[in-house]
Amino acid sequence: MMSYLDFEKPLAEIEGKAEELRALARENDEIDIEKEVAALDEKAERLLEELYRNLSPWRKCQVARHPNRPHCLDYVEALFTDWMPLAGDRNFADDHAVVGGMARFRDRPVVVIGHEKGTDTKSRIERNFGMARPEGYRKAVRLMDLADRFGLPVITLVDTPGAYPGKGAEERGQSEAIARSTEKCLKIGVPIVSVIIGEGGSGGAVAFATADRVAMLEHSIYSVISPEGCASILWKNAEKMREAAEALRLTAQDLKALGVIDRIISEPIGGAHRHPEETIAAVGDAIDEMLSPLVKKSRKTLVRDRRRKYLEMGAKGLAA
Amino acid sequence: MNWITNYVRPRINSLFSRREVPENLWTKCPECGTMLFHRELAENLNVCSSCGHHMPISPRERFRNLFDGGIFTEVEVPKPVADPLQFRDQKRYPDRLRAAQKATGEPEAMLVAEGEMGRTPIVAAAQDFRFMGGSMGMYVGNAIICAAERAVETGRPLILFSAAGGARMQEGILALMQMPRTTVAVEMLKEAGLPYIVVLTHPTTGGVTASYAMLGDVQIAEPNALICFAGPRVIEQTIREKLPEGFQRAEYLLDHGMLDRVTDRRKLRDELITITRMMMKLPPAIAADLPAPADETAAPQADGAE
Repeated sequence: MMSYLDFEKPLAEIEGKAEELRALARENDEIDIEKEVAALDEKAERLLEELYRNLSPWRKCQVARHPNRPHCLDYVEALFTDWMPLAGDRNFADDHAVVGGMARFRDRPVVVIGHEKGTDTKSRIERNFGMARPEGYRKAVRLMDLADRFGLPVITLVDTPGAYPGKGAEERGQSEAIARSTEKCLKIGVPIVSVIIGEGGSGGAVAFATADRVAMLEHSIYSVISPEGCASILWKNAEKMREAAEALRLTAQDLKALGVIDRIISEPIGGAHRHPEETIAAVGDAIDEMLSPLVKKSRKTLVRDRRRKYLEMGAKGLAA
Repeated sequence: MNWITNYVRPRINSLFSRREVPENLWTKCPECGTMLFHRELAENLNVCSSCGHHMPISPRERFRNLFDGGIFTEVEVPKPVADPLQFRDQKRYPDRLRAAQKATGEPEAMLVAEGEMGRTPIVAAAQDFRFMGGSMGMYVGNAIICAAERAVETGRPLILFSAAGGARMQEGILALMQMPRTTVAVEMLKEAGLPYIVVLTHPTTGGVTASYAMLGDVQIAEPNALICFAGPRVIEQTIREKLPEGFQRAEYLLDHGMLDRVTDRRKLRDELITITRMMMKLPPAIAADLPAPADETAAPQADGAE
């Protein structure tokens, strides 16, 4: 069942009405409601288009966090073959918020790493809502090392509210683990391509999204802090998240303008959660297009260019 | 290059901006309540002589006590685009910046300098918590990159003193991008085989801890410094449970294997000299051999040595 976001309420009403009429028609085939239903469907479609054509930054946050949005494992299942998940950081535990392993992407063997948020209450708890602990980042470091040794390109799928703020996570060195993961992203002599498919939450996202090429889905976000967190600090009022989302410039469109990401992957009208297959296919094509020119480059060139990219980043501000 | 040339050649910024310590001011130690005479407190590096509590110290003050004779040359940091996001919360970001500049007398939240410490040539960078919570934006990123570049150019170790509430929200995603940027800077040092020593001071949190502040060859913290990724309040809200005594403090991190040492600020300089000289394969420092600049304004005698 589709869950509606608050701004989609008028849409829910129209679609609800159409559904009622359909139900009525099923019970009584003497009533001809085809015209009415068609009119409602058209109205709904127009409204959907209107709503999604100009999503405000805060609405984009809501879409990016939509529970029905395709998550990391949906992409893995659809885009990769020979998926071989690999577990554990060899030190403490296996973090279920981070999935990783070997797979083939359009026949090419690669290493895939991503945050998984889960799809229902049980799996969301098991995945800790996509909030990784140090073990998750250390697993990623281990897998990136493996990729580096065997010359396998790395593909990361980013979707996290942020690194987990917990007691154990802090005691086991959450910050160090994130720092090492970012460091590893910069160091490996194989191509690394990243797609932000939902939420790019602060340092927890940077640890995987430091890459040769970074793409974002049209309605995904990538930010230094959540709009709610920013609002409660700078506005002293968490309810000012709309203003904060605006000011932070966390949309794919803003990040492209700032030169922080390389490309935006379009979502079908109504967002990825209404059309998961099309969205996943578009992400697959984008990964392929980003990866193909990179696999031809030497280890040295890859590392040098990646470093240069980050050193030069932000030099021009919004004029980039 | 010896210490004499360091007196003569550089632009000695420390002399121009020397602020006089007021004569008859007292400071109350926030930890034990002892009234401390201002001048004595400054001589004690802002450490309470009664309970050992470490109070904040400005980068400039720290450098005066770190470099031989208090002499150092500031390394100029390339200025980034001002207010890249045209950020506005309840105040405009440029207004917040100006207020911080006025309050601190510094252009931004990090000071980079080079000079000698126990006759050991070093580059040092220190973060200024007074300046918008020491927050990491483009300028701090540039400062760390140019400190690393300078260290590589001159073959010196880099000593970095961290102090920050994290990334600067007003620079949004560009502040976040300082995590990979500064990590590239650390990589440059490692590739050049130069020591990178981090001194974590109170407080070091968020994206700063999760990038350059945790990547040192040697990690030292000042006593009782708060060092964390997520702050204690956020964690308490998340797990709804009281945190243990001393959680996320330097000693706690030392116990959990996240630091090499916790060192009193008053002993820090000696330790840094010992460590850097070993890492640079230099003979031990001879304390008595150090030049004592009695009068900083007096022109030193050149001894012709180079």
